[in-house]
Amino acid sequence: MDNQAGMSLIVKTITRLTVGLILIYGIYIMLQGHSSPGGGFAGGVIIALSFIHLILAFGRKAVFQKMNEARGLILISSGSLAFLLLSTLGFLGIFKKGLMPFCDAAIALLVSSALFAMFLVLIGLASKEKKQ
Amino acid sequence: MELHLIIFFMIFAAIVAVEAKDLLSSLIGLSAAGLGLSLAFLILKAPNLAITQLVVEILCVIILIHATINKDIPLVKDGRWLFNTFATFIFVGVFLFLAFLALRELPVFGSPLMSVSKDYLAQGQALTGAENLVAAITLNFRSYDALGEAAVIFAAVIGVLAISRKTGKIDG
Repeated sequence: MDNQAGMSLIVKTITRLTVGLILIYGIYIMLQGHSSPGGGFAGGVIIALSFIHLILAFGRKAVFQKMNEARGLILISSGSLAFLLLSTLGFLGIFKKGLMPFCDAAIALLVSSALFAMFLVLIGLASKEKKQ
Repeated sequence: MELHLIIFFMIFAAIVAVEAKDLLSSLIGLSAAGLGLSLAFLILKAPNLAITQLVVEILCVIILIHATINKDIPLVKDGRWLFNTFATFIFVGVFLFLAFLALRELPVFGSPLMSVSKDYLAQGQALTGAENLVAAITLNFRSYDALGEAAVIFAAVIGVLAISRKTGKIDG
C-alpha cells in the first residue's frame, strides 16, 4: 500500500480508527432488525458504506487487490441464493419462527455486496474515461 | 383468469418490443410489458412489489426515452389534430368516469379496512417471535415480497455489471 494514493495522512489515520466501528454498527443494525428499527437493507447499506469509506481514503488500488468484480459477483449470488433457500424452508413449513435474523443477514450480504460492486464498477468507468 | 390475460398481454408486448422497427415503438412495448408485470404482482397479492416494479419501470422508461430521444422519433406535425383532440377528450372523460366509480368504493377517510392487519397486530409477536412488527410483517407474513425485491436488486446489479463490463473492465 503506497502512501501516495488516496487522501492525506490525517484522513487515513481517522479512517483506520473509524472503519471498524462503522462495520460493527452495520452488523448491529442488521442483527437487531427483528427487535428494533433497522434490518437487512439498512445494515447492508451501512456495511457497503464502510468499504466505500476505505476506497475513498486509501485509493482504488489498495482495495482492488482484495476485492474485484468476480468476487463481488460470488458474494451477490451467495446472498440471494441464501435468501431463496431460507424462503424455501419457510414455504415448506420446516421453520415457523426464528428465521428472521438469518433472512436479515442474507439480505444484508446481497445489498452490501451489490452496492459495493456497483461502486467499484462506476469508479472503474470513471478512471477509464480519465485515462482516455 | 385475469392473470392469464395479463400474461398473454405481456408476451404480446414483449414480442412487439423485440420485433418493432423503430426504437420508440419497442420502448413502448417494453414499458407495456413492465406495466403488465406490475399488475400481475398486484393480482398475486404482493402490493409492495407491485409499487416497486411500477416505480422502477417509470424510472427505466424515463432513462430509456432520454437515451433514445435523439436517435429516431417519427413526429407527426400536421393533419389529424381533430382526431387527436377528440381522442384525448374521450380518454380523459372515460378515465374520470371510471375513477369516479372506483373512488366511491373506497372506505371512508379515517376508518381504514383492517381485515388482515388486525390479525397481524393482535398475534404478530406470538406467531413470529419478533418485537418489531414491521420486520415481522416484511420478513415473515410478507416474506415473498422481500424475496421479490431481493430478486429485483439482484437483476439490476447483474444488469449494471453486464452492461459496464465491455468498457469498464477493472485493470487493477
